[in-house]
Amino acid sequence: MAKATFRIWRGDADNAQYVDYETEVSEGMVVLDAVHRIQAEQANDLAVRWNCKAGKCGSCSAEVNGNPKLLCMTRLNDLPLDQPVTVEPMRAFPIIKDLVTDVSWNYKVKEKMKPFTPRPPDAEDGTWRMEQVDIDHIQEFKKCIECFLCQDVCHVLREHHLHEEFIGPRYLVYAASLEMHPIDTENRLEELKGEDGIGYCNITKCCTKVCPEHITITDNAIIPLKERVVDEFYDPLRKLFKVFSG
Amino acid sequence: MTSYETHKYDVLIIGAGGAGLRAAIEASTGDLKVGLVCKSLLGKAHTVMAEGGVAAALANVDERDSWRVHFADTMRGGQYLSNARMAELHAKESPDRVRELEAWGALFDRTQDGSILQRNFGGHQYPRLAHVGDRTGLEMIRALQDHGIHQGIEVHMENTIVSLLKTGDRVSGAFGYEREKGRFKIFSAKAVVLATGGVGKAYKITSNSWEYTGDGNSLAYHAGAELIDMEFVQFHPTGMVWPPSVRGILVTEGVRGEGGILKNSEGKRFMFDDISDLYVNQTADNPEEGWRYTQGDRDARRPPELLTRDHIARCIVREVQEGRGSPHGGVFLDIAWIKEKIPNAAEHIRRKLPSMYHQFKELADIDITQEPMEVGPTTHYIMGGIRVDADTQMTCVPGLFAAGECAAGLHGANRLGGNSLSDLLVFGQRAGEYAAQFAQENGDVPLEESEIEEIAKHVLKPFDNTEEGDNPYEIQAQLQDKMQELVGIARSQDSLTQALEEIQNLREKAENVHTIGNREYNAGWHTALDLDCLLTVSEAIALAALERRASIGAHSRDDYPEKEEPGAGKYNTILRKADDDTMEIRREPIPKLAEEYQQIIDEMG
Repeated sequence: MAKATFRIWRGDADNAQYVDYETEVSEGMVVLDAVHRIQAEQANDLAVRWNCKAGKCGSCSAEVNGNPKLLCMTRLNDLPLDQPVTVEPMRAFPIIKDLVTDVSWNYKVKEKMKPFTPRPPDAEDGTWRMEQVDIDHIQEFKKCIECFLCQDVCHVLREHHLHEEFIGPRYLVYAASLEMHPIDTENRLEELKGEDGIGYCNITKCCTKVCPEHITITDNAIIPLKERVVDEFYDPLRKLFKVFSG
Repeated sequence: MTSYETHKYDVLIIGAGGAGLRAAIEASTGDLKVGLVCKSLLGKAHTVMAEGGVAAALANVDERDSWRVHFADTMRGGQYLSNARMAELHAKESPDRVRELEAWGALFDRTQDGSILQRNFGGHQYPRLAHVGDRTGLEMIRALQDHGIHQGIEVHMENTIVSLLKTGDRVSGAFGYEREKGRFKIFSAKAVVLATGGVGKAYKITSNSWEYTGDGNSLAYHAGAELIDMEFVQFHPTGMVWPPSVRGILVTEGVRGEGGILKNSEGKRFMFDDISDLYVNQTADNPEEGWRYTQGDRDARRPPELLTRDHIARCIVREVQEGRGSPHGGVFLDIAWIKEKIPNAAEHIRRKLPSMYHQFKELADIDITQEPMEVGPTTHYIMGGIRVDADTQMTCVPGLFAAGECAAGLHGANRLGGNSLSDLLVFGQRAGEYAAQFAQENGDVPLEESEIEEIAKHVLKPFDNTEEGDNPYEIQAQLQDKMQELVGIARSQDSLTQALEEIQNLREKAENVHTIGNREYNAGWHTALDLDCLLTVSEAIALAALERRASIGAHSRDDYPEKEEPGAGKYNTILRKADDDTMEIRREPIPKLAEEYQQIIDEMG
């Protein structure tokens, strides 16, 4: 059986380094399989998050050879195995240990956002009527598995650390899924402009590129939201209309 | 003295999948303080993996559907071993539970007139599964999560409970540790709801993740609750078989619901060869009729690929054993063939089954719109579990409730696809409601310090064991191998007796497992602690399987190929911890069905 070397980030926030592990690899293996094999055979205490192992839960986010990836969906035959495969934690979040980062900030961001608020039901049985065509586009946003790879790659968070001023692509997608929900009645544009910091996004589309669910984050979610914000706050005609309508 | 932090709640929920979240939401509707503990991050529990849909007799697609048909389908699917009252509540309440998800932001696929769309699934007479493509579970857990975080529930993510605490007869809380630093947390609670999911990690080939080590079953058992019908483990017929690293990952039944067919290496649709008497009247007798059924023809009967999961899994095993399997030891599941029937088939498949398309493309280099998949059985679900009262979901331990996969009663000897997501919602809601009621009606119970000290000592033991002790992963792998081999789809007295011996040996080894490193996010230590639960549920499954000397539903005995033993389908197996700490098993006759229930079943044919 062939062997490959994995250069894994080991340690905590204060003290960490890359450690090389050589392990056997076989057909069809993904990086998570290799990490598990190393964990079971050579490094029992190695910390890594994972759950479904099928790209559906978004737990095993990390960086493979410098690219934000789900470990369970990164196949070894797509990587050059003649050199060590580097596996390290997401860099936009504080490190807990080894490949595990503290992603709690994401959960706090979501809690602060205005929740879904439906209009009164359309039918007497308490249900709503919606056309499939009207929900297709937001179903794209709802494919999000909350792996936070888009947050990891976003330079506003990763390099500029503006976690207090910008909610990141994940939550702009979330905002889009609420704002464009056919029966939601809430208005989130003021928050998007203000504390959510949508203006920080300068549409470099890095988030779209890394999304394992292939959500077109920038084009379908962020840009339409930016347009709504512009229409709401910067449209001179609308401003005038507001003045007169009180 | 052990150091720990204490959290005090009215209701403590253990597990944050569909059932746990739904219970937490319900319990927090009043003024009660609710705590929710989960092993992973919020929103990652196995509910997220559910693909096909949630079963509810909304009758949006076929107005002939009703709770009565759903009830009869569930009872038949479970080989009449289900708790009829639970089957009734489930069938009656699941439509409301599904509708309320849309009030919380979920968005199901739509019918032409804008209502919730429903699809066909195995064992359901009419199109009954509300769905979102093939990612229904994600939509459900996200709706519950996003609604739940605004209800004042305190969530403890990445915390594991290792023992329940009791004061006298009553449950009084739980002992856990948090992963990050490995610190202990004591939860004091007036009522506790177990919603920990399944036991799949007891097997080598499984669709379940690392979390599913039977925690709830084991916690309840050690606290004095009863486990029921543990022999009924569902081997889902279609898991991936190739490449080896993805073996066991689920391939949704939705593929067959959309017209996918099963073929052996000779290209034969072998499911037509073996249709049981219970279903012969409801099943198509030719491929054309089966196809028409999947396309919504109301006069057609379902294709045999949509028979119950237990039966299909056995047929696949038979094909493989008799040399008609696929190259990697499965059979072929073909959805690409529908291009003979409809235009733009490839696009249709990608739209209806997006995550299956994605999964095969990325993990197996297979384009399911062009070529068949290779599939074989995978450990998926356990019908058996903690015995609960049908209405309140309370166990025989006062204050201890259970819901979802870890509880039992609804599914009998075999669960129908789609009935799990509805089970989570219906009984999660009920568990939350009655746990809250219990907390309101009963005061605080003081915790017993001595018990806490004892548990802490046990939990830290893997660090103290000598280096000669085994590696926890090694023990886990050995257990999985043995369960797969000896307590899998085909069982016998010999295999089960041997399994019980092996489990006993592994238990002794597990006592001495050695953990390296420190308490901070130490996967080896966590694996060592999970072994306790895995061994308990493994023993329970093997012991119950040995006791039921017959083949019925998901439980197949090679030495009793038919329901040989008189009355095999007329009792439940009940397990409890005896005074001498051994596992005790007994049979309990199932009471004769109430006349009203029997009448519905007779009416529905």
